[in-house]
Amino acid sequence: MALSGKESSPIFADAAAGTLRLIGYLALACVLMVLDHRNGWLHRARYAASVLVEPIYRLAAWPGEAAQNARVAFSQRRDLIDENNRLREALLLAQARLNRMNAVSQQNARLKQLLDTRRTLGMDVQLARLINVDLGAARNRVMIDAGAKEGVHTGQVVIDAHGVMGQIIEVLPHSAVALLVTDANHSIPVVDERSGLRGIAHGSGAPDRLIVSDIPLSADVKVGDRIETSGLGGRFPAGFPVGTITSIGPDPTGMFAQASAQPAAALARSDEVLLLRDLPEQVGPPAPAPEVGPPASLAPNTADSLTPETHTNTASKSASPDSAISQR
Amino acid sequence: MNRQRAQSWIFAGSLALSLLLMLMPLPQSWALLKPYWPALVLIYWALELPERVSLGLAFFIGLGADVLDGALLGEQALRLAALTFIVLRFRSRLRFFPMWQQALAVLVLLLNDRVLLLLVRLFAGDPRPPLMFWLAPLTGTLAWPFVFLLLDDLRARLRVKEASG
Repeated sequence: MALSGKESSPIFADAAAGTLRLIGYLALACVLMVLDHRNGWLHRARYAASVLVEPIYRLAAWPGEAAQNARVAFSQRRDLIDENNRLREALLLAQARLNRMNAVSQQNARLKQLLDTRRTLGMDVQLARLINVDLGAARNRVMIDAGAKEGVHTGQVVIDAHGVMGQIIEVLPHSAVALLVTDANHSIPVVDERSGLRGIAHGSGAPDRLIVSDIPLSADVKVGDRIETSGLGGRFPAGFPVGTITSIGPDPTGMFAQASAQPAAALARSDEVLLLRDLPEQVGPPAPAPEVGPPASLAPNTADSLTPETHTNTASKSASPDSAISQR
Repeated sequence: MNRQRAQSWIFAGSLALSLLLMLMPLPQSWALLKPYWPALVLIYWALELPERVSLGLAFFIGLGADVLDGALLGEQALRLAALTFIVLRFRSRLRFFPMWQQALAVLVLLLNDRVLLLLVRLFAGDPRPPLMFWLAPLTGTLAWPFVFLLLDDLRARLRVKEASG
């Protein structure tokens, strides 16, 4: 045991004084404790001393942080691998979630587009979703999640944001089957947007091809022409895009031309569709175009000489000569 | 003179360091086992430099520790004053104990300190502490030889330097 430099402490000299002092200090401590317990002085003291105390806390916390850093720096490889795996899993999860969010935002954009269609259409439509069931290898039919209970009935036109998809052929209580325009059993009256040539577009059975047949060989149809519904037949309202001509050639008989068209609707991709509701049955040709020209109110007076107002007009006319004379 | 100053530095520095160590966090499962560092350092200085260590010093170190610790103002002041009093009273015997006896004495001192703490806590209305509460004096006892040797070694080096210089 090492010795201190000097040995000067009296052993029992101030024992009594020491005890007295001890009692004094203990009493003081007790008073302090009671006062602090009652009044919460300590917090005030700490608040006042915070300038001094806070750096001490930082200082005291520093080794812990350093140890933490050191642990990270020197942690075992196995731990790191474990942590890495865990993080990778978490990342995967987050990525999946992100993709989901992406899908949701894309869906949002599609829905907005559909809503825009609805607004510009100015007609009563019903939104429905496709039910992703396989209705046969050709897949030219789709099932939607609205049925008779939702007011769907056979013959309603199904469209998406880009064009005509098909029509309802079968209605169940809460779902319905739609025949797509590309189905071999489907036909739709169309008109060439550019030249006004009418025709019938049949489904080809292939999911991306329509056939416009029986076109006169001399008719004005070009690749790239857009075809839309003509409104003839009354089932499809006029003016919906149906497709784009992709090729033209003679049909097997050689007497007519036959054109292939790419459907305008995103048949394979659509998730939400619109059902046109309650279209009045159109029979015969579409309604005549509105009259073009200046409004009737601007027409000259002589045109309506038989209307009751003409009497007053004639009266004023008959009275006018006097005034005209007086003006002269 | 130089030596006096250096010794003062060691004295003050060790006490300040003990307060820092008291604040230093330990892993959660070890938190209750943390030795009561200010007590250990005070015991050392009370044994070795009794002319510097007084009840008043212990009291004010305790107050400082209370301000830092934020438990109850006066709690540690009371404990350290009592501890220092006992050490100073039995100093001449404790000093010449062999290390293991000294460590046992420190254990008794620290246990006594725990009893005081328990009394204060119970008076203040705290719930009864867990059993681990009584293990801290043991770790303090285990730490005692190292504290003693470290501080002794520091002072011995100082003396050697003084002698050679």
